[in-house]
Amino acid sequence: MSPVTAAPALSLSTAAADRIEALHLALAERILVLDGAWGTLIQGYRLDEAGFRGERFRDWPVDLKGDTDLLNLTRPDIVREIHDRYLDAGADITSTNTFTATRIAQADYRLEDYAREINREGARIAREAADAATARDGRPRWVAGSLGPTNRAASISPDVNDPGARNTTFDELREAYRDAAIGLLEGGADILVVETIFDTLNGKAAIFGIDELFEELGYRVPLILSGTIVDASGRTLSGQTLEAFWISIRHARPFAVSLNCSLGPEQLRAYVGELSRMADVPVAAYPNAGLPNEFGGYDETPEQMAASLGAWARDGLLNIAGSCCGSGPDHTRAIVAAVRGVPPRRIPTDERHVMRLSGLEAVEVGA
Amino acid sequence: MTSGTDQGGSTDRRATFVNIGERTNVTGSARFKRLIHSGDFDAALDVARQQVDAGAQILDVNLDDAMLDSEAAMTRYLTLIASEPDIARIPIMVDSSKWSVIEAGLKCVQGKAIVNSISLKEGEDAFLEAARKVRRYGAAVVVMAFDEQGQADTAERKFAICERSYRLLVDVIGFPPEEIIFDANIFAIATGIEEHNDYANGFFDAVRMIKQRLPYAKTSGGVSNVSFAFRGNNPVREAMHAVFLLHAIEAGLDMAIVNAGALPVYDDIPEDLRVRVEDVILNRRADASDRLLEIAERYRDAGGTQASGPNLEWRSGSARERVTHSLVHGIDDYIVEDTEALRQEVAHPLEVIEGPLMDGMNVVGDLFGAGKMFLPQVVKSARVMKKAVAYLEPYIQAANRADGTVQRANGKIVMATVKGDVHDIGKNIVGVVLQCNNYDVVDLGVMVPAATILETARREHADAIGLSGLITPSLDEMCYVASEMQREGFTLPLLIGGATTSRIHTAVKIAPNYDGPVLYVQDASRAVGTVSSLLSDTQHDALVAGTRAEYDRIREEHLDRQEQTERYPIAEARALPAPVSWEGYTPPVPRTPGLTVLDGFPLADLVERIDWTPFFQTWELTGTYPKIFDDPTIGEPARNLYADARAMLDQMLAEQWVTARGVLGLWPANSIGDDIEVYTDESRAHVAGVIHTLRQQTSKGRGRAENFALSDFIAPKATGLADYLGGFAVSTGFGEAERVAAFQAQHDDYRAILLRALCDRLAEAFAERLHERVRREYWGYAPDEALDNESLIAERYQGIRPAPGYPACPDHTEKRTLFDLLHAEANTGIELTESFAMMPGAAVSGMYFSHPQARYFGVGRILLDQVQDYAVRKGMTLAEAERWLAPNLGYVPPRR
Repeated sequence: MSPVTAAPALSLSTAAADRIEALHLALAERILVLDGAWGTLIQGYRLDEAGFRGERFRDWPVDLKGDTDLLNLTRPDIVREIHDRYLDAGADITSTNTFTATRIAQADYRLEDYAREINREGARIAREAADAATARDGRPRWVAGSLGPTNRAASISPDVNDPGARNTTFDELREAYRDAAIGLLEGGADILVVETIFDTLNGKAAIFGIDELFEELGYRVPLILSGTIVDASGRTLSGQTLEAFWISIRHARPFAVSLNCSLGPEQLRAYVGELSRMADVPVAAYPNAGLPNEFGGYDETPEQMAASLGAWARDGLLNIAGSCCGSGPDHTRAIVAAVRGVPPRRIPTDERHVMRLSGLEAVEVGA
Repeated sequence: MTSGTDQGGSTDRRATFVNIGERTNVTGSARFKRLIHSGDFDAALDVARQQVDAGAQILDVNLDDAMLDSEAAMTRYLTLIASEPDIARIPIMVDSSKWSVIEAGLKCVQGKAIVNSISLKEGEDAFLEAARKVRRYGAAVVVMAFDEQGQADTAERKFAICERSYRLLVDVIGFPPEEIIFDANIFAIATGIEEHNDYANGFFDAVRMIKQRLPYAKTSGGVSNVSFAFRGNNPVREAMHAVFLLHAIEAGLDMAIVNAGALPVYDDIPEDLRVRVEDVILNRRADASDRLLEIAERYRDAGGTQASGPNLEWRSGSARERVTHSLVHGIDDYIVEDTEALRQEVAHPLEVIEGPLMDGMNVVGDLFGAGKMFLPQVVKSARVMKKAVAYLEPYIQAANRADGTVQRANGKIVMATVKGDVHDIGKNIVGVVLQCNNYDVVDLGVMVPAATILETARREHADAIGLSGLITPSLDEMCYVASEMQREGFTLPLLIGGATTSRIHTAVKIAPNYDGPVLYVQDASRAVGTVSSLLSDTQHDALVAGTRAEYDRIREEHLDRQEQTERYPIAEARALPAPVSWEGYTPPVPRTPGLTVLDGFPLADLVERIDWTPFFQTWELTGTYPKIFDDPTIGEPARNLYADARAMLDQMLAEQWVTARGVLGLWPANSIGDDIEVYTDESRAHVAGVIHTLRQQTSKGRGRAENFALSDFIAPKATGLADYLGGFAVSTGFGEAERVAAFQAQHDDYRAILLRALCDRLAEAFAERLHERVRREYWGYAPDEALDNESLIAERYQGIRPAPGYPACPDHTEKRTLFDLLHAEANTGIELTESFAMMPGAAVSGMYFSHPQARYFGVGRILLDQVQDYAVRKGMTLAEAERWLAPNLGYVPPRR
């Protein structure tokens, strides 16, 4: 593990504070739309190894093809173009191309020392695209700094023969998330989104690192926490029920709680409903475009996805809607149309004051 | 009031009263403790699983034990639990008195856990800091009704502390009130002490007030405490728990730590028992305790031991029974007359030893082996045995002359504290325990050269050699003894013990020097088992082969581990020193500079400064004073030992058995790099001596980059600041050796060991008391400091007093410089051996640092680059430096 990243000399500009205030106002008025997937679109550019490396990493000792986040440094033009396409499609929030840009995930490419820069550039490109879109039509746009789950799990053994084995630790994750978050804030992200949380302990390490950072900075930005239900068991990969997951991360006082990835709209509906019932914060959902087909592609058309999300919106389940793997700007455009004019979910307050605890399952202790 | 919840299926659950499983706690379950100690984590997981199966809705996990690396054990255990869905489905309560252990646990739990516990014991700042961290980890928290004044015992004080805690948590840091759980202290009742009778009512009232007046707060408690007075009588204890819980839940208790599965249903308790238990719990009548005692025996399980008390009924048994009773209970008042009675019954006096006395000692050995007797009791038994044997000795010699028979022991062990070391409490205890088991022990005492040990072993036809030592240079001497045994062609087993020794050191450093069996003996309770296996025809080979295989494995792991850690080169380490800022800082000027000699320091002033916890550790009773007295297993022997110790202290003071002498010095000083220059006077022109300190080369990747050296806490010369260093050497051991010898002459090893242990404690208390006076008077930088003994033991004051040979300055040779500066030999009479052990052994020396940021640390492993540099600074050869720093070398030096 590297030494603790020095606290940056960051401050919240007036413009940034205004944007955050506008975000809260907008959320009270309408359902906001989050953009869609990156992987599918980047594949469309058919970059080869040299295309990923660019001039700067021409002599890098390991293969870099597939490190889409590195394109923030080597092909900022492509990244900018994708942001523009989503913003043109009507997305209110565009998320940065930094899903795998933690030190831990970038270590696969030996690029851990570039993680902060990749995050910073990713946020900077998104910021420029969002500001340009706002300048064109006067509508506010927000940048969500994406923090993926890393490719390691703090509470799952990588070795079937040794249940006590781990390939990362809470502290390592906490440092990695903190480092990435600094980069995102330096580049101008309005929101931090810890997404695709498949192991809640990773999520808790992210919360810890980000909360420490907020305290050092003296200000907070909105934090979205988005979990992933892996299959019809209704549990996370690390075995928690949805309620246990929510109880485990509530202390972060998130701006919104969310579900993303893994399942298509049809399978995710029940869990979004459950989350909507129990969360006393805004709820977001951005499902995949269906389940992967036999060729690894996704089949759900923009119209099908928009129909599902539109129905959830009318059922009063959503504050933020978007799409994940397999989707593109056409999905975003259809979702924008489907939720337009539908009132946002009313956020319930919880006055019961019961104590809620969790293991893999939830326990409530009476008032 | 129901404790029933839906246990079926895997659905999330709601509960109105919550059972917290208590058996996964090393301080409460001897079995669990044994499993954790032996590393049998699979079986330890089964304990957790049984608690869940028995209906525990939360699992309390406590791994606080002085002999454990509790942080590592907590990490390991909770990591394993995370992989067991049938256990991990319920929330974890991370239970420890150490914050670092709690934090280690929180880093392994994906769910929302409970921290058990925090309190105002150490003041508001520490309390709030811990609470903020708890919040950041997303855990709920148990708050004990404990504040700066101590644990609350009345309902009013319990509530007052809880209310103050609540207001701080909710108002100051916004802690959600529903996530605060108050533990209003459940204490033992029916103890025979009148003030205790109302403790249960006090708890119920406190719970009621908390539930009424602190909105949404929860309440909890450890129920087993209430019935400590009925240890050994589980049916009565369980009835007490059930009745207590019924009333506690009525008062509003939300949860309790219980032995899930062992709670009888209230209505199933036999009525006469239930009524009398209820009288006791609710303190409904003055004679409630007596009435419960009257019938308690009827409900006790078969077996169990009776308390001895002043009851002399046992005197009516046969002489054989009386001797056994005396041995088991350590009573020496009648042993001579009973031995005489037995002697008259037999033909040869030896038959008394081989018959009734050994039979009695076998009972003691069995009880000790079964964990039903403890070391202080066994040593008392040995005293009785020795008295009997001493009485018989002249008769045996006379009889032997007459018929030529020779007494046969189980085996003969030569024991010694190695050259350069004077510490012998542990060795003496092992010797006594071996003698109890009919081994012949030749004890060569302390500071014994290798040649003497080997010569004696040869002459006495010993079956094994045992070496002991306390200070780190003794480790090296043990290696030397082992190599000498090899050179002289010995094949005897070599046993290694003592505070600084370890299995890993024995395996890695000592065993390779000697082809014969080398075995590490962790404590006195293992000694007999090890020796008897070694000397047994049937078990010897298995033990020796097993140990060899184990040590081979340890050596390999050790090598593997060494290669993994990457440390800072010394130049880089120096660039990242302790974060001490000198800008705007003015070092305090001593009020009494130079040397101050303290002769005949009042002992009475030291008695209340004694830190008793290590005293109990000496006797292998592990627990924190005074909580140890409430321990269900070792509470009783601990209380008896404590009573004996207090009585001896009274006599020591009244009769002036020992004298306390010390010297302290406060000198102008500045640091230059890792050295501290001590000057003769304020002109700072002449150097009186140089203290050489060692710097951490902290392993990279630990997340904290600072590398401490003690010199960081003294202002560098370049700052131009006038800083100071202090030093001291104290001893309370003058007169001790004569007394110990007198006790040994009376065959009273118990009192001999007790006195040694007390003198050690008094010396530590002297050091502590002197440090306080230095802070308040002699140096005077904290004139208004007012701390109770507990806070002193917890070192909550400004400045430190590290001692050479301890983790912050591991080189014992620095004592020479310190003693020269203090003229310690002339001023106190304390002397240094060739290994730099102090004589008398009950002595403490060290240095004083006044800087508010000065703190204790461990230098840990260091690299060749620093050792080379250190050798040059000290004027030693590299080989010499490596020998003195052997325990701290982060590399394998070439064998010389």
